Amino acid sequence: MKTVYVDNNATTRVAPEVLEAMLPYFSEFYGNPSSMHFFGGQVQKKVNEAREQAADFLGAEPSEIVFTSCGTESDNAAILGTLDSYPEKRHFITSRVEHPAVMNVSSHLSRKGYRTTEISVDREGRLDLDELKESITDETALTSIMYANNETGVLFPIEEIGEIVKSSGIPFHTDGVQAAGKIPLNMKKSTVDLLSLSGHKLHAPKGVGVLYIRKGTKFSPFMIGGHQEKGRRGGTENVPYIIGIGKACELAKKHLEEENTRVRALRDYLEVKILEKVPNTLVNGDRNNRLPNTLNVSFEYVEGESILLLLSDLGICASSGSACTSGSLEPSHVLRAMGVPFTAAHGSIRFSLSIYNTKEEMDYIIEHLPPIIQRLRDISPFWKDYLKSQGKG
Amino acid sequence: MWDYTEKVKDHFLNPRNVGEVENPDGIGEVGSLACGDALRLSIKVDEKKRIRDAKFKTFGCASAIASSSALTEIIKGMTLEEAEKVTNQDIANYLGGLPEEKMHCSVMGREALQAAIANFRGQEVTKEDYEIVCKCFGVTDKDIERAIKENDLKTVEQVTYYTKAGGGCAQCHPKIEAIIERVRKEMERESPPPKPDKRKLTNIQKIKLIEETLGREIIPALKADGGDLELIDVDGSKVYVALRGKCSFCPSSEFTLKQYVESKLKEFVSDDIVVEEVKP
Repeated sequence: MKTVYVDNNATTRVAPEVLEAMLPYFSEFYGNPSSMHFFGGQVQKKVNEAREQAADFLGAEPSEIVFTSCGTESDNAAILGTLDSYPEKRHFITSRVEHPAVMNVSSHLSRKGYRTTEISVDREGRLDLDELKESITDETALTSIMYANNETGVLFPIEEIGEIVKSSGIPFHTDGVQAAGKIPLNMKKSTVDLLSLSGHKLHAPKGVGVLYIRKGTKFSPFMIGGHQEKGRRGGTENVPYIIGIGKACELAKKHLEEENTRVRALRDYLEVKILEKVPNTLVNGDRNNRLPNTLNVSFEYVEGESILLLLSDLGICASSGSACTSGSLEPSHVLRAMGVPFTAAHGSIRFSLSIYNTKEEMDYIIEHLPPIIQRLRDISPFWKDYLKSQGKG
Repeated sequence: MWDYTEKVKDHFLNPRNVGEVENPDGIGEVGSLACGDALRLSIKVDEKKRIRDAKFKTFGCASAIASSSALTEIIKGMTLEEAEKVTNQDIANYLGGLPEEKMHCSVMGREALQAAIANFRGQEVTKEDYEIVCKCFGVTDKDIERAIKENDLKTVEQVTYYTKAGGGCAQCHPKIEAIIERVRKEMERESPPPKPDKRKLTNIQKIKLIEETLGREIIPALKADGGDLELIDVDGSKVYVALRGKCSFCPSSEFTLKQYVESKLKEFVSDDIVVEEVKP
């Protein structure tokens, strides 16, 4: 069976160039970069090179790059490390649609006695900037708002948010995990103080991330240990993976244009064809401000897990915001925050593309998806009711 | 990915008896779009009160569709008396088991069957006194009681897996906890279980173990939040404690006692521990 992988917001394939760059550092060059001898020194050099690659990708200085174990660690470190530096300030601002790596840190803080504000979004998933302005106080220690939403691909106006936050002198963190590699990032011209990246969303392997920390930003290490990463993250460097994410950053910079032209065109093609062929389908999220690779669609009156399993049976790998797939009994918090009606929230499917996808693959999906939806609608008691209500039953 | 049995996959991919029987004698509808799953069961009953045909329409995940399909296969040919005795466990067993988190799909099947039979008999579905316990999913105390009894459920989490109750805002957890306690007591009275002999503790051992558990597992956590707790007495399986510090006037102290203190003592000392608060 052929595999059509369109779940790249969940994880991506490791680029062959990345794997190739990593391999010698498992077996041949296994030295510890902190060692004094030549054997460690040569590894140190490669780690520095990776740091330069990551910095170049982000428009940052190499000294502003900290390697971590994953996007979640980067988010945790950014939030907890900043709050630790402002112990007297007890207010944290974030949004209602964050990734669990931020959202659950926010709930954790609230249990610890912090006041937390979660800014709402509208039906299109756009952030309420007035609410943000009003929520800032002298007590606010940090604002953390994601760059792009993992489920819908909706982009937040990060620089506009940054202006608001920074004008009150508050540090600003953004979870850039989904945005990286899909839209241009330039920290030199940005208001962002801290930005999280994850390797495996960027064609590097799972188990490595980056935290960008702007020079001069107050920060206490989250992972306490040795002097590694200039004392900002203890623990012996995960050398092969750091080399991997460095290479992935270099490639991402190169592929940025393709993501925004060819991949975007594929996504748009898929979207248009699905909307054309499947009635009662709606796109979730602001179509004008969206990652070029993400399509979140809801098929009314059917349930997402069923769709996924039938797609999976044909080798098509996507994901859903339905209750049954979110591991809870309620549909995704993102779709709920947007107020997507229940008729549609349970039947949401996310297709997320990468540069490895092809037009043939989109055609394969377009060929097989409509009969799957029809089949489930034929089983669904609500579809017939709906048709009747429309005078078509 | 859910770990579905081959039988579940088969009934999902090739569902039996999809549709609606013509001129149905009974229709049972449960669930809703908001809840994420719904089932409409229609049955044809012959003059001998035997279910001659059964068809379903289901909105839901793979296990909901498979459970509905299994249900129709099970009940076809049964007399109404036999069908009435079908439990959600029968549906799950027919499918070779369901992941525990998905057991509510089998419960939905059983509920639809009941509703269809009641509809055939011209009864309104059990209008006995009930209370909506879980407002998020509209689950009544009767639903919860029945699930506890039929499936020997012990925890709130299990009740959520089987009935969905408590799976939303979680505000009803203390209520569910109370129902579990009450129903399990009733169940014990009806059929007292053989005394668990896993660890026969002497009174002295038990008190010691309770003190150790409080000191190691419970008090440090309460202190971290500015509270404290004192062991007052132990009488059989009843443990009397007094809450101190911030806990003594904390509005969620009852929750703390039941959810936290009692569950820890059950885990480390004995399954039958009941914690009672001694008010000053």
